[in-house]
Amino acid sequence: MIMTKEKTSAIHLANKDLESSPTVTQNNEIFIAKNFNLWYGENHALKDINLSFHENEISAIIGPSGCGKSTFIKSLNRMVEMVPGVLTEGEILYRDKNILDKDMSVEELRTKVGMVFQKPNPFPKSIYDNVSYGPRIHGIKDKKTLDLIVEKSLRQAAIWDEVKDRLNDNAYGLSGGQQQRICIARTLAVEPDIVLMDEPTSALDPISTIKIEDLMQELKKEYSIIIVTHNMQQAARVSDKTAFFYQGNVIEFNDTNIIFENPHDKRTEDYVTGRFG
Amino acid sequence: MLMDAEVIDKKRNPRIMKNNLMKMLFLFSTLIGLVILIVLLSTTLLDGWRYLTLDFFTNFSSSRPSRAGVKGAIIGTLWLMAFTTPIAIFLSVGTALYLEEYAPKNKFTKFVETNIANLAGVPSVVFGLLGLTIFVRQFGLGNSVLAASLTLALMIMPVIVVASQEALRTVPVAVREASIGMGASKWQTVYRIILPAAIPGIITGIILAISRAIGETAPLVVIGIPVALLATPSSPLDSFQALPMQIYNWVKMPQAEFQNLTAAGIIVLLALLMMMNLVAIVIRNKYSKRY
Repeated sequence: MIMTKEKTSAIHLANKDLESSPTVTQNNEIFIAKNFNLWYGENHALKDINLSFHENEISAIIGPSGCGKSTFIKSLNRMVEMVPGVLTEGEILYRDKNILDKDMSVEELRTKVGMVFQKPNPFPKSIYDNVSYGPRIHGIKDKKTLDLIVEKSLRQAAIWDEVKDRLNDNAYGLSGGQQQRICIARTLAVEPDIVLMDEPTSALDPISTIKIEDLMQELKKEYSIIIVTHNMQQAARVSDKTAFFYQGNVIEFNDTNIIFENPHDKRTEDYVTGRFG
Repeated sequence: MLMDAEVIDKKRNPRIMKNNLMKMLFLFSTLIGLVILIVLLSTTLLDGWRYLTLDFFTNFSSSRPSRAGVKGAIIGTLWLMAFTTPIAIFLSVGTALYLEEYAPKNKFTKFVETNIANLAGVPSVVFGLLGLTIFVRQFGLGNSVLAASLTLALMIMPVIVVASQEALRTVPVAVREASIGMGASKWQTVYRIILPAAIPGIITGIILAISRAIGETAPLVVIGIPVALLATPSSPLDSFQALPMQIYNWVKMPQAEFQNLTAAGIIVLLALLMMMNLVAIVIRNKYSKRY
């Protein structure tokens, strides 16, 4: 490990007794939302959300436009607060700590909870400077360490071979799919605990999409991933668990194969079979 | 068919003619301004270029046209700008950053923003009175470089604030999110991502504002900048001469030769301006980045 990441084994142990949902797995819970509500002014966007996400899993959030899935994933690193007039209620526990607490440092939270956005958003800098941005803002200055981080992150994002000879070129010269993988590398460079992905492939072509989906399977070994997707086939292909959001409510949260093959709720069935949405 | 082909045919030529007419009208407007500018510049150059001798640059002001020069005025103006520019940049860019990046988006912020924009329209002589009351008298700075610099900095501040705000707003939300999303603090995001992207726009605003300040006469008259001074300042608390004041003084003189000196002074002022613009363009191109 190049950057020091706190080992939280004590918390892992403590988490054991919390695992009581019907979809129990042996993995530790990393995020738990408890009666989480969110308002944009008067608009009640998320209603009594109760969900738990586990380590080393890919959890997908699906649902029609405006169902609150992006709002929810942005609540997990509190990026949702960039919208003026947001009000929240309830709890979101990240490794047993309520991230909505006043004393929670958002800078610290966002270091642990990385995010990949819908559209590739590299900085207008070189590939190297893009990937080393995170470590640098957290105080890593040593050139050798930065070199190692950049290489490791680009390898993890499966783009090292494509860019290793032009690390000093502007990231804007790359294709959309490559830019998105640079953005993933940039997020991984901070060595987060969990990676949030907000429709990461919706702006990409099918081949780039497949590359990123394969990449997610690799990343799952070291990271936990929560992905919001508009694409139901994608959720079915990549995720272990799937949550179906509808009109600000979680309708159903279960193992992905159950959601797609044998959903308990009529609305989930209608949505995954393409009857609406 | 609802579209009558005959009507369309009949209307086609008048439509195209109207377009041509408007085009000529706009071209005419552009040319009027251009022609007048060329006439002004050429008469100034014709009147003044012969007076741009070495003596003109090494002599102080004098009541005898043959011995009058701009040494004091040039050096004074350079001193003035050397203090006005940093003060104005610090105040204005700081204000713009606070309003755009840090301040909560509420009615008070909106109120402050509107008022700063309105300040841009306040006549410069009013700023002169403000400088006289506060800096010259209250702070006891007298008619010094510092008093005049503070006054001019306040005068040009609204222009730079508004231009900087515009520049900051053009930085896409997506890259701000990328930086914030990695746990960067606001200041790290501002310093490493937003400012480098906004700098070309900010510099443009600064140059426009400084160009206005360098030729400004009214506030200097009100503050009481001397027109005849046989020394250059050696500290910001010394009094000084300024080019626009020198030009203003010469143009009032009865002797015909002073009119030529006025022209020569204007040429020097324009040359200073162009040099500053050149520096700005170089800086702007160096930092220019695209999204």
